[in-house]
Amino acid sequence: MTYAAAVLLGVAAGMLAGMFGVGGGILFVPTLLALGLGQLHAEATSLLAILPTVAAGTWRQHRYGNVRWHAALVLGVGSIAGVEGGAYLAVSLPENVLRKLFACLLIGVAGQIAWRARRG
Amino acid sequence: MLIGLVAGFFSALFGVGGGIVIVPLLVLLASFELRPAAATSLAAIGITATVGAVTYAFHGDVEPLYAALVGVPAAGGAIAGASVQQRVPVRTLSFLFAALLIGIAVRLLVT
Repeated sequence: MTYAAAVLLGVAAGMLAGMFGVGGGILFVPTLLALGLGQLHAEATSLLAILPTVAAGTWRQHRYGNVRWHAALVLGVGSIAGVEGGAYLAVSLPENVLRKLFACLLIGVAGQIAWRARRG
Repeated sequence: MLIGLVAGFFSALFGVGGGIVIVPLLVLLASFELRPAAATSLAAIGITATVGAVTYAFHGDVEPLYAALVGVPAAGGAIAGASVQQRVPVRTLSFLFAALLIGIAVRLLVT
């Protein structure tokens, strides 16, 4: 994987984020894996890469009047305990198991995007 | 709050934002429309990913240069994606993205 390809996948991840309200990690992680990072490092690095992505996406969506700030705050604060549990589990799992689980997640996400597209 | 908790768990386990959990649950359980659900999810992910990145940074697992390599172009992509979502039906693009994700999943499973 070249750096140019990584940049392109970054743009694609951002579009996915802006359109579907996700962070883009679903594409960041495979891109970082292809650049040679291990599963755990790729996931950790993905979380950092998500920050500029959602900052830009939120700013745009706020201007369109779509953001419900109170709900976002409740969700975000509620996620903190989950984050700590998830990180603990990720660190203790073998990397190849984590990778297979991630692949299953991708299939679920693909199904969900198709479902939303059908719903309109 | 419970949706957030589940989303946070997914987020840290898989290095994703958690929006994949947040958006459908907001639509199904909190009767949000799709666009506000997506927008609200992005704002919530900002908090989730910050906590996740800091947690992993303590473990020494974060590579900031690689994060910038994909994250900065993605910021541009996110602005484009939000405009696209606002203006046009995204059906075709959705199916393309779904196909791309299936392709990546198959590669990860067989290698």
